[in-house]
Amino acid sequence: MTDKRIKTKQTHPPSRRAFLRGAAATGAGLAASAASAQTAPDPLITEVQDWASGTGDGVDATPYGLPIEFESDVIRRNVAWLTADTISSINFTPIHALDGTITPQGCAFERHHSGAIELSKSDYRLMIHGLVDTPLVFTYADLERFPRINKTFFLECAANTGMEWAGAQLNGAQFTHGMIHNMEYSGVSLRSLLSEAGLSAAGDFKDKWVYVEGADASSNGRSIPLEKALDDVMIAFKANGEALRKEHGYPVRLVVPGWEGNMWVKWLRRIEITDQAIESREETSKYTDTLEDGTARKWTWVMDAKSVVTSPSPQAPITHGKGPLVITGLAWSGRGAITGVDVTIDGGKTWQKARLAAPGQPMALTRFYLDIDWDGSEMYLQSRAHDDTGYVQPTKTQLREVRGLNSVYHNNCIQTWWVKKNGEAENVEVS
Amino acid sequence: MSKYLKLALVTAITTGSLSAPVLAAGLGVGRAALPEEIAAWDKDIAPDGTGLPVGSGSVEYGEEIFSETCASCHGEFAEGVDNWPTLSGGFGTLDREDPVKTVGSYWPYLSTTYDYIRRSMPFGGAQTLSDDDVYAMVAYILYSNDLVDDDFVLSNENFLEVEMPNAGGFIVDDRVVTEYPHFTSETACYEDCKDTVEITMRAAVLDVTPIEDTPEPVIEATQEAAVEAAPVVETPTTVTAAAFDADLAAKGEKVFKKCKACHQVGEGAKNRVGPMLNGVVGASVAHVDGFKYSNDLLAAKDAGRVWDEALISEFLAKPKSVFKKTKMSFAGLKKDSEIAAVIEYLKSVSQ
Repeated sequence: MTDKRIKTKQTHPPSRRAFLRGAAATGAGLAASAASAQTAPDPLITEVQDWASGTGDGVDATPYGLPIEFESDVIRRNVAWLTADTISSINFTPIHALDGTITPQGCAFERHHSGAIELSKSDYRLMIHGLVDTPLVFTYADLERFPRINKTFFLECAANTGMEWAGAQLNGAQFTHGMIHNMEYSGVSLRSLLSEAGLSAAGDFKDKWVYVEGADASSNGRSIPLEKALDDVMIAFKANGEALRKEHGYPVRLVVPGWEGNMWVKWLRRIEITDQAIESREETSKYTDTLEDGTARKWTWVMDAKSVVTSPSPQAPITHGKGPLVITGLAWSGRGAITGVDVTIDGGKTWQKARLAAPGQPMALTRFYLDIDWDGSEMYLQSRAHDDTGYVQPTKTQLREVRGLNSVYHNNCIQTWWVKKNGEAENVEVS
Repeated sequence: MSKYLKLALVTAITTGSLSAPVLAAGLGVGRAALPEEIAAWDKDIAPDGTGLPVGSGSVEYGEEIFSETCASCHGEFAEGVDNWPTLSGGFGTLDREDPVKTVGSYWPYLSTTYDYIRRSMPFGGAQTLSDDDVYAMVAYILYSNDLVDDDFVLSNENFLEVEMPNAGGFIVDDRVVTEYPHFTSETACYEDCKDTVEITMRAAVLDVTPIEDTPEPVIEATQEAAVEAAPVVETPTTVTAAAFDADLAAKGEKVFKKCKACHQVGEGAKNRVGPMLNGVVGASVAHVDGFKYSNDLLAAKDAGRVWDEALISEFLAKPKSVFKKTKMSFAGLKKDSEIAAVIEYLKSVSQ
């Protein structure tokens, strides 16, 4: 059977509807046998194709490359009605279409409070002041002279999966779990900069804070305990080997491993050592978790262990019918390394251990696979993550028993995809 | 404070410091920050009032400037417009479905309100308000929440006396006690975990990914949008299809970033905080149907005034000097070259 979707001069990617139609056509009729019989020779093999005869682009056609046009549906998307304006809004990483663990910068989700600004390296200044021995100003070039480190971490917005607190809402892993990315950062430790300014003025570190602030008009600022700042916080200027993108804080952002994304201040311009939390808007009116009785948790910085099946999922249906099926997804924990991921295809009656593509790294994404022989029947697909603290990802019901329905943030519940016989999947909740 | 911090840190600090070399002595990189530089950037205000500038502002004056500067998003009574935040009311809703979290019902510290307005508001014109203006706005927001009387004057002197209703409504992260002991791998089930599984809820929004992804041919669509959006072509002074300088327009597009927080242009442009601006050059003042203009602009429309280049230039240089009561909170473009470029850009998107 010829796959009609492959064309040489395709201008636009196949639409989702056409894709699903194709799925039904190719999938339903296929037997589960290893190699289906080919009745007529495949012209893609027997006929000389354009690309095998003519020539392609020369080396300078694209000095900085973008994905090939056939992948143009693998993009960040927003949900317009969620926010008042795209300038103060969020979009979502297309995790349903990615594999491995590193998120390409060009499709890593964005969240701005006053838009993504253009700040050049030459205009960049970073100030450290407050309870330090010598208040200092650094240029971008200064930062490059401190000992360099490279570390890979996930960044998850505290509101990731937040729409799902009250019930299944958005139909796609991109939208339910796409406020996350995972990059290899190059930069310097915050500790080395604070040491340069001198911390004897801070006295006892245990009750001190650093207040970090961005240079954009939102002036986003967060209070971070000094002990965390000295532990593993980074000042990053490269991600995945190249300069940060504008939308991720070029030229310099903060990296706060394992903690909610709002604290990873972009366009970082100021670090103040204080003897109290500033209790800014982003740490009081936002990023606090309202419980059932109306009281709210504050300082809920760490992102607990979580996982999601990225394929199959609503935007990534099964297109090949029954037989061998690769189930894959992502797992992460802000408290340490992922030690295992379990997958169920029957909504949690039985669970089996998935295969980790590589051993879990602390506070970074882990890719998992479960290779099954799908019998073509309905599945209720779920995954649950374990981390090295002995924590296991809870169900939505377990979380609601503790927090009620109004928490918005820190929803790390187990997600369910209802995979139907035709391979399509839908976001559901199950008993 | 320190006890709470300790609890939070128990919850939050993980193992594994970065492997960067510990510096025995400084590198001597960077320079000393000057006091003026620290003063320019160190604007944050802590719950105990640290950082509050000397100054004051009344509810009465606050109402006036709130109406001019904030009401287009937050509503005349701080009730919120569209998806923009509601700042008042919501009392008694925190334990209900969809709680209304406002300055009055939710925010634990008044310092946060002053701090946020001073550093981050108004949207698109941050850090343009005087310290006294901020006091007045905070006073008005308190008044809109029925927390002070209409003759109240807020100042650095009485700031800490204001009682915030939800000050006691927060607890420090307690997951280490309330959740972690219960969500443990030790009790994870693998076989016969439950008898039946049934769907209890399905996705509410199924069509979140666009079904058809075919991009529109952009040029034609822009032309159509511009034609539809310029209903006032009869006006004699209207410059329809005026020639424009592409280089200057490109410069103007960059300057227009300052305007984008509130104004949309081009294909599919809609009214947001400000009216959409397709076809504005040469159109009558207040030309967009369905936008709530200030009375000043409506009066100008009635008087037959037209957004010709001279009027736009004057307006963009200092909006409130032309229309005193305009809702546009933008302070103005400082350079004539920027104004000329923006006008050229507006002409180009109206082609």
